[in-house]
Amino acid sequence: MPNSSPRFDFDLLTKLCTRFRVDIIEMLTEAKSGHPGGSLSAIDLLTVLWFARMRGVTSAKALEASRDRFVLSKGHGVPALYAILAEKGFIERSELMTLRKIGSRLQGHPDRMRMPIVEASTGSLGQGLSVAQGLALGIQADKSPAHVYCMLGDGEIQEGQVWEAAMSAPKFKLSNLCAILDANNGQIDGPVSQVMPLDPLKEKWESFGWNVIEIDGHDLKAIDSAYTKFADHAAKGPGKPTFIIARTVKGKGVSFMENKIEWHGVVPKKDEAEKAIAEIRK
Amino acid sequence: MSKSTRQAFGESLAKLGEEKREIVVLDADLSKSTKSEIFAKKFPDRFYEMGIAEANMIGTAAGLAFAGKLPFLCSFGCFLTGRYDTIRLSVAYSGANVRLIGTHAGVGIGDDGHSQMGLEDLTLMRALPTMGVFQPMDARETEEVMKYLVHEWKGPAYLRLTRQNLPNLYPEGAKFQPLKLMAIRDHGSKASISCIASGATTAEAVAASDALSKKGILMNVWNAHSVKPFDDAKAVEIARASKLFFTIEDHSVIGGLGSAVAEAISGAGVATKLHRLGVQDVFGESGDGPDLYEKHGLSAAKIAAWVQEHA
Repeated sequence: MPNSSPRFDFDLLTKLCTRFRVDIIEMLTEAKSGHPGGSLSAIDLLTVLWFARMRGVTSAKALEASRDRFVLSKGHGVPALYAILAEKGFIERSELMTLRKIGSRLQGHPDRMRMPIVEASTGSLGQGLSVAQGLALGIQADKSPAHVYCMLGDGEIQEGQVWEAAMSAPKFKLSNLCAILDANNGQIDGPVSQVMPLDPLKEKWESFGWNVIEIDGHDLKAIDSAYTKFADHAAKGPGKPTFIIARTVKGKGVSFMENKIEWHGVVPKKDEAEKAIAEIRK
Repeated sequence: MSKSTRQAFGESLAKLGEEKREIVVLDADLSKSTKSEIFAKKFPDRFYEMGIAEANMIGTAAGLAFAGKLPFLCSFGCFLTGRYDTIRLSVAYSGANVRLIGTHAGVGIGDDGHSQMGLEDLTLMRALPTMGVFQPMDARETEEVMKYLVHEWKGPAYLRLTRQNLPNLYPEGAKFQPLKLMAIRDHGSKASISCIASGATTAEAVAASDALSKKGILMNVWNAHSVKPFDDAKAVEIARASKLFFTIEDHSVIGGLGSAVAEAISGAGVATKLHRLGVQDVFGESGDGPDLYEKHGLSAAKIAAWVQEHA
């Protein structure tokens, strides 16, 4: 399989990102609870991943055994993933409005038993990278070319288990594993840099033995280029796992939400949602 | 012949590894103690040394299960429950077909003291939906439970094992009945005293029963290799047929075997009183295992004395 993405169509991806941002606002407004800030910061990274990079996830039928895997370790960002899965056909578009409602598959945080394509149940932070590592180990043992992606939040990596996985993935030479850090510098109690500073972030992961790439997490071409670098690196055989530090803006696309920590776990009211959607579509 | 259930587990795992190629094993720097080293030596490519980092081991095992493997992850029971949140979410709630092996059950481990003793692991594991909780009484039963966990059980399961050696108790020629209580000393309706035991204390209860028989006091001893799912119906039947009825376990009396029996009979309108013997909501400590069994009332002599007092 070629590692470059011939289907990369900047205009199409931009349009998808816009639509998904609207979906996120509409879903959260309907649900009356959830996390807009971290969903909007992650959506560009996820859109390029799912529509220009991941293989074997194009069908809504039985899951392909050889598919690339994606684990959303920052489970609270799941509205972004649901919007993508609706476009991919894994869920109905009308189902998006059932988010967080009783009986829905669209749980407030990813639930693998209700929706296998999410690959792992997450929501208690710090666990997804270990699960992704296990998937990568199993895939490596079976000599499958599949890739495993895992998205973490920057506040999330304050969890100790993340650093256990940071130690072990290089030991097992999991070059088929790509962690993506949605570094929006926001967490509930304030800026990550104040709550619990992570710097020097790049050096920390490099010193643990990771192939670190730093990008602007809203520049679609830069995102695609980072994924291509990972795929080229993985194609060389067992070696360093990849860690993409994506600098993002919490609430990206809605001016009154951008970098406002109040919008981490608060959803817009009807009039605010209308204003947000108008802005996104502009 | 006596053998620890951890040793029997290690030997059984290495054997089952031949027939079930999906088995992979993870350990957190305790493979010599958990006996997973037997498998590691035989199948080095299917053994993952995870270092002293249990939470990551648990999450990694879940991922391996999602990739189609049958992971056995091993550590001391108390170190696994110490990473409960990862077991709760990445394993149980994710539906991961993982086998969690917790060795060094109870005060029976002796010298190392409380920090190494699994004393509330049954409680915590039992509280997780879909989690099976197993505790064999001897080497043979360990082999049977292992076969069941490899070939039949689906979903997450916890297996609680001893550090210390235990005598062979498994009745000659008995067919293993998964998830059922098994009589180890059965005087039938002649006995009005009944004990349900599990793990290391089954041997103590059996020795107590044999000593009491010599004094003309008859006591039936039932063994529970499965604490969850629990054989509720049989427990109710035993309770109804008994005048003196108790459980005995090397584990906290809050949430373990005794609680499983209490839960089983509570809704059934059984008039018989249930006594829960075990570690009475206190911490463990250093000392010889047998001395600690005396102190906590788990030894055959202490069980027999308790029965005589209450009969």
